[in-house]
Amino acid sequence: MRNPLADKVVEIKPSGIRKFFDIVSEMKDAISLGVGEPDFDTPWHIRDEGIYSLEKGRTFYTSNAGLKELKVEISRYLHRRVQVDYDADHEVLVTVGGSEAIDIGLRAMLNPGDEVLIPQPSYVSYEPCAVLAGGVPVIIDLKAENEFRLTAKELEEAITDKTKVLILPFPNNPTGAIMERKDLEEIAKVIIEKDIFVMSDEIYSELSYNGDHVSIASLPGMKERTILINGFSKAYAMTGWRLGYACGPREIIEQMVKIHQFAIMCAPTTSQYAAVEALKNGDEDVAQMREAYNQRRRYLLHAFQEMGLPCFEPYGAFYVFPCIKEFGMTSDEFATRFLEEKKVAVVPGTAFGESGEGFVRISYAYSLENLKIAIGRLAEFVQELKDKKKEN
Amino acid sequence: MREKILGIIEKNSRVDVKELAVILGVEEIDVVNEMAAMEAEGVICGYHTLIDWEKTSIEKVSALIEVRVTPQRGQGFDSIAERIYKYPEVNSVYLISGGFDLLVTLEGKSLKEISQFVSDKLSTQESILSTATHFILKKYKDHGTILTKKYDDERMKITP
Repeated sequence: MRNPLADKVVEIKPSGIRKFFDIVSEMKDAISLGVGEPDFDTPWHIRDEGIYSLEKGRTFYTSNAGLKELKVEISRYLHRRVQVDYDADHEVLVTVGGSEAIDIGLRAMLNPGDEVLIPQPSYVSYEPCAVLAGGVPVIIDLKAENEFRLTAKELEEAITDKTKVLILPFPNNPTGAIMERKDLEEIAKVIIEKDIFVMSDEIYSELSYNGDHVSIASLPGMKERTILINGFSKAYAMTGWRLGYACGPREIIEQMVKIHQFAIMCAPTTSQYAAVEALKNGDEDVAQMREAYNQRRRYLLHAFQEMGLPCFEPYGAFYVFPCIKEFGMTSDEFATRFLEEKKVAVVPGTAFGESGEGFVRISYAYSLENLKIAIGRLAEFVQELKDKKKEN
Repeated sequence: MREKILGIIEKNSRVDVKELAVILGVEEIDVVNEMAAMEAEGVICGYHTLIDWEKTSIEKVSALIEVRVTPQRGQGFDSIAERIYKYPEVNSVYLISGGFDLLVTLEGKSLKEISQFVSDKLSTQESILSTATHFILKKYKDHGTILTKKYDDERMKITP
């Protein structure tokens, strides 16, 4: 029989998280700090609106780009929260999670051989999506000494004649790093000068703890070269609803709508109705969840300080990214031993790119009570490693 | 800071000041002072425990009583409310809008004890026109806490 598979797909490495997932799933008594989604339930008024839409029999397709009402609310929301104005009719596309927007955005922009700059550590899907879209991923290794922000110098050095798109994943999963206005202004200069485009994945924008999130699209000259991606998963605890959106220049969005219409048809109708409610009446829920995450974030940073585990202060998302280099183990070894010896799962930094080596991702999408138990075990583990180091 | 402290201790009064300082990102001494001030001002009235008595072997019956009263000259509803709230078995007394005036919640050992309180102590008060007693059969949610169900974490244990 002939080989039924496409080489391009076979060559893609499976996610590094898979291995841990398999081990943890087998360990009944393991507790996890490895989750990448909120611990809160979707606020009830949003769920109720979804249920109501089902009761009303709103079970049909919506128009390809999404419900008009939702696109209008998204446009209002972005005006309100990041001061960027998008035309709801031509510059907004409702997608199946931010993930779909990443995929079809790259497919709409890349020609074979075009280079895509991907700062790492970062979310696992950019690289494979770039490859599947015919692009060539070029990794920029972010550095701990810059608090894992992207600097203009790093960007400039990575740009070649073939560079087409920069992926900008902030607030960042897994590091929790953010880009402040001044950081964005510096890279925007380079982006405009070198005439490249930006795919700004702002899915964690509402989880910013040092002032409001700044979108690169709000800087002068940037809206016309930015695809802004956001969604409902993190801000409103709606991961399972699979709903996100992309906003950008009409000519790009039109091509994205084309792929979306043939591949997906439209985002789930129930989720779209629920999302309208989220945007209209959900600001207070978001503020409450942000405050809860922020409390946990402070708790963790304090606990790391007490146990002597170095960690820069992350101002976004719901992850901390402590450094474990001093123990002379790889991230993978550290995570494996921690799981085996203390039955707590964390994710090795290398699951998010080579530059995550020496770090582990700890999620604080858990209640403080649960965090305390897990962090107590981490403190024990760290102490044992330190004692052993002293003996040698 | 006041609002944030209250937001936290309303849900968990056992959190200690050291931890409050850490999670709010403020100095411990400021938390101590703020809480002392709120206690002195009567903003913080007590640190109670939410108990689901249903799950114990101790028998308790609680009831809501609607009370219609004649307000008294110069005193309004205050003096009659005082006469009611001084009974230790009374848990709460609210003046409310709508079809009746006071809502009284009451806890007793048995139906009989509560009935007796209503007929002997409440109904006999001169300014009380009528009462309607509702016995509580089941508490689903109390003080913002769901008592009837525990929800497990159904998320996958590791996700990117």
